[in-house]
Amino acid sequence: MLNALTLLITCQFIGEIVARGIGIPVPGPVVGLLLLLGGLILRNQMGRGGPSEALKSTANGLLANLGLLFVPAGVGVVTQLGVLGRNWLPIAVSILISTFLGLIVTGWVMQRFAGPEGGER
Amino acid sequence: MEKLFHLWVYLETTPLLGLAATLLVYRGAVEVARLARWHALANPILIAIVVLACLLLATHTPYSAYFQGAQYVHFLLGPATVALALPMYANLARIRRSARAIVPAILAGSIVAAASAMVLSRLLGAPREIVLSLAPKSVTTPIAMGVAEQIGGNPSLAAIFVLITGLVATLLIGPAMTVLRVTDWRAQGLAAGTAGHGIATARMLLISETAGAFGGLAIGLNGVVTAIVVPLLAGLLAGP
Repeated sequence: MLNALTLLITCQFIGEIVARGIGIPVPGPVVGLLLLLGGLILRNQMGRGGPSEALKSTANGLLANLGLLFVPAGVGVVTQLGVLGRNWLPIAVSILISTFLGLIVTGWVMQRFAGPEGGER
Repeated sequence: MEKLFHLWVYLETTPLLGLAATLLVYRGAVEVARLARWHALANPILIAIVVLACLLLATHTPYSAYFQGAQYVHFLLGPATVALALPMYANLARIRRSARAIVPAILAGSIVAAASAMVLSRLLGAPREIVLSLAPKSVTTPIAMGVAEQIGGNPSLAAIFVLITGLVATLLIGPAMTVLRVTDWRAQGLAAGTAGHGIATARMLLISETAGAFGGLAIGLNGVVTAIVVPLLAGLLAGP
């Protein structure tokens, strides 16, 4: 748990430094994600096996409760009630239509090009 | 009464209240969702936010006071984003096998969702700040907030739009997949993760493990794609 949390936070930290240092418009945690993924692939290629059980269980714990982590930012809605009230129509219409379009485009392209599924569920 | 008042004054100045309230209300909301048999409308995230927002408004507590405590939960979004590397690593072989389809599907879905949101909101007269905060709404909160800040949107608005988008995607994915006869679980999961990030993916996980794995993959990949593509699109589409 300690090692795993240290690894995750360190990846985020380095990601933040890299993103700001080179000035690329990618958030630090995403750079951290890519670093960790690259590290895991490298580790496997060096014949040292997959990620440790501790890392897997810490990551699972965080991701299993992902919903909780959205709550504090969402409660921020109370500071934006005025703006939201004045612009509810463009917001509602654009979110509904663009989300529907995003779903069908992604789903259709993937099914069209992915080839037959191996019957897995 | 006097004692109660002093207790309240103490609680208002410590981060403990906001933190405990967030955890307790979310725990209760999960229970409600379970009782409603995980119906798409009984989303625990939505329930928790509505309850906490009403509590803040009713007690005249400023958001900044609440966030003093809630920031400890909020902070974990960063390490949680990094942790997405693990499901991606676990599915690496499957990703490599269908990379030919995954990359164009996520690119197309990402660009269509962001571009249509910006164009529609701008046509309907939304101010620039809202248009720019809508652009990254399909990706997971920490990425969306970072991107919104970078392109001149409002991070708190972006967080709210991300949330609404996730809930809308959860409701629309069934009809959307039926309309286009998309039956492939990999495609459904990828669509959920690309258009509706973690909220829609959590929903797909209840139905199919394959869809969940591809949803998790799409959250990570679309996060990276959006972080690169949306600032470029914003320059083209957000207007003056």
